[in-house]
Amino acid sequence: MTAIWEKLTIYLQYPFVRYALIVGVLIALCSSLLGVTLVLKRFSFIGDGLSHVAFGAMAIAGVLHLTDDMLLVLPVTVICAVLLLRTGQHTKIKGDAAIAMISVGALAVGYLLLNLFSTSANLSGDVCSTLFGSTSILTLTKTEVWLCVALSVAVVAIFLFFYNKIFAVTFDEDFARATGTCAGTYNLLIAVVIAVIIVLAMNLVGSLLISALIIFPAMCAMRLFRSFRSVTVCSAVVSVCAALLGILISILASTPVGSTIVAVDIAAFLIFTVIARLRTLGGRG
Amino acid sequence: MALITCQDLALGYEGRRILSGLSFAVHAGDYLCILGENGSGKSTLMRTVLGLQPPVSGEIRMDDGLHAKGIGYLPQQTAIQKDFPASVWEVVLSGCQGSCGMRPCYTKAEKQRALDNIQSLGLAPLLRRCYRDLSGGQQQRVLLARALCATSSLLFLDEPVSGLDPKVTAELYALIRRLNHEQGITVIMISHDVGAALHYASHILHIGETTFFGTKEAYLRSGLARRFTEGGEAE
Repeated sequence: MTAIWEKLTIYLQYPFVRYALIVGVLIALCSSLLGVTLVLKRFSFIGDGLSHVAFGAMAIAGVLHLTDDMLLVLPVTVICAVLLLRTGQHTKIKGDAAIAMISVGALAVGYLLLNLFSTSANLSGDVCSTLFGSTSILTLTKTEVWLCVALSVAVVAIFLFFYNKIFAVTFDEDFARATGTCAGTYNLLIAVVIAVIIVLAMNLVGSLLISALIIFPAMCAMRLFRSFRSVTVCSAVVSVCAALLGILISILASTPVGSTIVAVDIAAFLIFTVIARLRTLGGRG
Repeated sequence: MALITCQDLALGYEGRRILSGLSFAVHAGDYLCILGENGSGKSTLMRTVLGLQPPVSGEIRMDDGLHAKGIGYLPQQTAIQKDFPASVWEVVLSGCQGSCGMRPCYTKAEKQRALDNIQSLGLAPLLRRCYRDLSGGQQQRVLLARALCATSSLLFLDEPVSGLDPKVTAELYALIRRLNHEQGITVIMISHDVGAALHYASHILHIGETTFFGTKEAYLRSGLARRFTEGGEAE
């Protein structure tokens, strides 16, 4: 135990490890907040679709040799989020089919572009790290860290400010609209915030694993808690703890950061399921 | 001046009409029941009047004062709500959202209003319980309390008693009648239950192949009621 502790102290002296921890915790916090809404509104798949779009946008940014790929990835993902939410409501193409088309299309075109135009010597390595985020969190520059901090603070602030409205729109959109809340605007807001979170989270876990970061904490919390507020708080706590633990384990055991965090999330979900099961059994007994 | 006036209204989705030539007016204090077979467009009518979907043609006029006093709505339950983690308090309080505007938090007055509605509907013991763990009748009462937070003048109820057992149904009808009689709240209710509609309502709007709008007495005289109930029994 002391050996592990000493090793950690040494690692924590490196700024890139501290950055990774700060950014990891913030991203985990943001992604957990809207998870409950996404799961309950049956929007979980939108997160998945958007993350593939973000991958496609990243590929294009790479091909164009943009110095800061966020400049392209963020707007493209936000626009797609808005479009997906629109189509989900009333068009000929069903919402889920539209999402499948856009997400798989973006994935394929992204990989195709990378293959055709990339000058990188290690193409499959690049693709792998975009998809699974293998090391990018440890190579963040100071600017990226600050951008991440700013966006996270904005996401948390928006969530807190609109908390009651997000609840009303999630629980019963028709009622909210009939009684004078402009639900459309808040749906739009939710979509934009999700897009921002996904672009942020790409740094941490890569585009394929983002959904896990959004959905697992919410599912954990919904096993045990019975009010929207307690579920939201619990989901945030679970997400932050899982991210911290995941990053530390990945540093100590030299495992990929993203998949380690998701593995911790899965473990948390299993633990919560068992506790919930025990509680219902205890309640009956 | 009527609260709501509909003139030559046509309803439907994406330009496809399912009902047309509808004209009726609702005055303060009325208890209007909307009757009709399944698929005749009762819910669509309610959603159109509430502004949740546009009318195909025709006009809906609302009294100017109505928006200030608010509109309460008790929709049919959605699949989302069946596993939604929310306490009774959170659900009822969300009824005050319409009056919040951009304000992020509820005021003390709004919280008190929610609490009053919870108490008057006998929900106080359930305050911290989870909405999804309640019985069907309790859930409807919670949604009714929420609707009352949004209005003091007009309630829209979309089949409030569907899926409830006879005892709970009778209790809910009595409750709605009390709101109509004692607090003067105008009620517009969709119902399958012709017997209850004829017992409680002051006005009937019957939609379907033949459209009827008028007082309950006129409806009884029209003979449409008998045909409808007999048709209902034959189903």
